[in-house]
Amino acid sequence: MAEITGLAEAVSALVRDGATLALEGFTHLIPHAAGHEIIRQGRRDLTLVRMTPDLVYDQLIGMGCVRRLVFSWGGNPGVGSLHRFRDAVERDWPHPLELEERSHADLANAYVAGASGLPFAVLRGYRGSDLPKYGDHIRFLTCPFTGEELAAVRSIRPDVAIVHAQKADRRGNVLLWGILGAQKEAVLAARHSIVTVEEVVEDLEAWPNACLLPHWAVTAVCPVPGGAHPSYAQGYYRRDNRFYRAWDAISRDRETFRAWLERHVLGTGDFGAYMRSAGITLPPEKGP
Amino acid sequence: MSGPGFTAAEMMAVAASRLLPDGAVCFVGIGLPGTAANLARRTHAPDLVLIYESGPIGAKPEVLPLSIGDGELSLTADTVVPTPEIFRYWLQGGRIDIGFLGAAQIDRFANINTTVIGDYRKPKVRLPGAGGAPEIAAMAGRTLIVLRHSRRSFVEKLDFVTTVGFLDGGDARRRLGLPGAGPTHVVTDLCVMEPDPETKELRVTGIHPGVERGRIVEATGWPVRFAEEVTTTTPPDRRELEALRELQRRTALAHGEDA
Repeated sequence: MAEITGLAEAVSALVRDGATLALEGFTHLIPHAAGHEIIRQGRRDLTLVRMTPDLVYDQLIGMGCVRRLVFSWGGNPGVGSLHRFRDAVERDWPHPLELEERSHADLANAYVAGASGLPFAVLRGYRGSDLPKYGDHIRFLTCPFTGEELAAVRSIRPDVAIVHAQKADRRGNVLLWGILGAQKEAVLAARHSIVTVEEVVEDLEAWPNACLLPHWAVTAVCPVPGGAHPSYAQGYYRRDNRFYRAWDAISRDRETFRAWLERHVLGTGDFGAYMRSAGITLPPEKGP
Repeated sequence: MSGPGFTAAEMMAVAASRLLPDGAVCFVGIGLPGTAANLARRTHAPDLVLIYESGPIGAKPEVLPLSIGDGELSLTADTVVPTPEIFRYWLQGGRIDIGFLGAAQIDRFANINTTVIGDYRKPKVRLPGAGGAPEIAAMAGRTLIVLRHSRRSFVEKLDFVTTVGFLDGGDARRRLGLPGAGPTHVVTDLCVMEPDPETKELRVTGIHPGVERGRIVEATGWPVRFAEEVTTTTPPDRRELEALRELQRRTALAHGEDA
């Protein structure tokens, strides 16, 4: 049953050192506020799962929270590299990062398998690629009906899934629209879930099929306006492409990165204070 | 502008856009493919269906997205479905005619590396990784690849095979049992390459106007072959150039409000 609570309380109650977490959201609704809170609470040895690590995992990796990364595309979209991710892989800073590398099709299917209570997913994939040579999470099996060789990939079963959505009602029913990513699958694959939302409302005022998750399937709902920034929340604010570009310079250098995170994330108590500290305003959906 | 009146990058985008037939269903990769696909939609292929891996189907963006899941894509789409559904029903289900990909490195058999430069365990450069490419290239009816031509990108041997083109050539891809036909064209800022029907080695079949053969040889990391009949790419016409520049102007304006 969803409890409507503060983000700091939810992270403190549900996210343990050594846990496997999936913070999902494909370009849209990336739960950055939750990532910051995990950094603030100093969680360590995490296994992080995400199709596109994006800035949210670049920050967690650079702050030393992560032992293992399960992912399928690790770049700053349209800008270039995730420098903290690269520094960890190429130069073991701040410490070595284990990789469990997959393709998008694999990871998307692995969430579906996790949500379906299955140990693995089957897909037509990976044949001829070098990816199956690294790690034991990709195997091949023979279809018992046709004899076709198919890829079997280990399902994803996070301890906690964290997603951001536009709205929840007071019972915790979650409304999410626009690009859906793999958020529903990640939440249903996980033992516990935290959903940060732009606002909590009396009535969702939507058709039932727009309600992505019923309240009893979610552990905690936390109101965090702007909590997806620099990603976007359709209906609320645009993607802050300027911030994605600025991140390239902030994150390129270890000291600059540390100083920025210490000042704006560790030095603030919540996401609202972070936004004021870092001088962030949410870009309105319709330009001037 | 002096010279031919268009840039090599514009020629590349226009040449790639022409390979997309009207009405085709195209799975659009990040970067250069998005430019060419949206140019095609604005010129000869208004009914081209664009599918993006984040979930939009039939997206008709007015400006090019910086990422692959920008709001512009979902607001202009016919429908938006969950990401797992894109890969399961629409791609694996066999509904994609053309997979349109970029690449960091490519070899003579159109295999692609987007994973690492150097050793996987201790890479010199860690690249973003596979994304949707391996399954797009395996499953789409056929594949188009667009990337800039240089010795760093057109290499003798890939450090890592992320995405399969024709593996080591001949009937290797067919023996692997991949459903799609594989790459039919590689479009660069210098030329167009197509696989030899037998060996599947990429050969230059079209050269962009004003480009010397020597430049292509110089920019290719293997002893590149030319087809017996090599055409000269038709220069961009006014409509194509205007549509491309208008798209890029609007994109710069939209992103410039932020930048």
